[in-house]
Amino acid sequence: MNVLAAAWLIARKDLRVEWRSRELIYTTLFFAIACVLVFSFAFVREDGRPIENAAAGILWVAIAFSGTLALGRTFERERQAETLRALLLAPVERASIYLGKLLALLALLVGIEVLLVPIVGFLFQAPMLRAPWLLAALVLAGTVGFAVVGTLFAAMLVRAQSRDVLLPVVLYPLTVPVIIAGVRGTGAIFAVEPNLPMAQTWLAMLVSFDVVFLTVALWTFAPVMRD
Amino acid sequence: MSPAPSSDRLSDFEVVTVTGISRFYGRRRALSKVSLECRTGTMTGLFGPNGAGKSTLLGILSTVIQPSQGVVRYGKRPADEWGDVLRARVGVLGHDLFLYGDLTARENLEFFGRLHGITRITARTDEALSAARLTDRAGDRVAAFSRGLRQRLALERALIHDPRLVLLDEPFTGLDDASTGLLTERLRALRTSGAIIVMATHDFDTADGLVDQAVCLENGRLAPIAAGEGRLRERYRRALDEGLPR
Repeated sequence: MNVLAAAWLIARKDLRVEWRSRELIYTTLFFAIACVLVFSFAFVREDGRPIENAAAGILWVAIAFSGTLALGRTFERERQAETLRALLLAPVERASIYLGKLLALLALLVGIEVLLVPIVGFLFQAPMLRAPWLLAALVLAGTVGFAVVGTLFAAMLVRAQSRDVLLPVVLYPLTVPVIIAGVRGTGAIFAVEPNLPMAQTWLAMLVSFDVVFLTVALWTFAPVMRD
Repeated sequence: MSPAPSSDRLSDFEVVTVTGISRFYGRRRALSKVSLECRTGTMTGLFGPNGAGKSTLLGILSTVIQPSQGVVRYGKRPADEWGDVLRARVGVLGHDLFLYGDLTARENLEFFGRLHGITRITARTDEALSAARLTDRAGDRVAAFSRGLRQRLALERALIHDPRLVLLDEPFTGLDDASTGLLTERLRALRTSGAIIVMATHDFDTADGLVDQAVCLENGRLAPIAAGEGRLRERYRRALDEGLPR
């Protein structure tokens, strides 16, 4: 079985399990919205006007925090009945296991962002429709970068006892370039005087990060999962 | 000049040879210079107290754990020369059952069957459900199954791709007498079909008369349990009393 077919099989299984339990969808979405609401109490003035340029940062903080929550749980499921070992025993390349988990996580995070981005736009009066495709591309590319690194580390830490604490500790420093590019690019769209060429530049940087991180993750996943 | 081996022979093996393997976890030694040979159509019983290294040895045979020293050969080749193909010839029933609780019995079998590249997946899944006597529960979520039902399903999951090497870790756990009898018959049929079966168990009564060779592990060291007179449990105790090689 080729890598992509096996990856699709694993992703489809993950999505089916999630659809049955809806555990990750509800907890991650609730956490993301709670995050944004807390920030809105802090950064929206009493007259209803938000502090300038806050929306982009808050959107990416909510994506990073809720994404970390989803990442931890997605491998916790495989650990509970040792099904990760069953995946490792299958005659498929290790890369397909990584890609399958990544695809399922991306589908989940993108589904949550479809609701999260308009909520941020509404609460912080951000011009969501100024460059909708560019905004969508920035959010998608940033999410891919975050998930690519996060999936690798979640897999590495699956047998560590303090994995819930360790995951954000190792993940956030490595995803700083993704978060910075996401915040700057989104901020360039939301600014009072928008700078769309600058947003495109940040998007190009995000895509570059994604390619580099994905290459490294595919290269290192098999040795990481040995033993 | 000898004839070239067929592609079937290249993707299969008839003997597994463990030679001098040791496994360390940090400074703790889980296995020490273990050697063992298991041939096609035989069942090897692996006995020993908890923490003796049985699961580590099964993990090494299944290729998911690397030995710190020594080599395991499948046929004439070690695992790293086989690559992914070897895992298509190995079936594992672990102490944890490797099943997704939120999927149905049929979905679990179909998922693992597809992952192993089985083409006639619906027919093969029906056969497996029938063998597990779960045809009428095929659409139920595994989370709702008792331990015994899950154990039966997990065994069929492990066998769905007709593996040559079958590794079983405590396969009788949670089974009632009728299910234990059925599993025993299933294992005998597997052995007759040419499988190499390695089974770790504490169930001496069930294993007595079932296994072709018995070995015991203690503190990572392995010794054969002599065939001969007396019950398997007594022979195991004698093997432990006589002491294992240092």
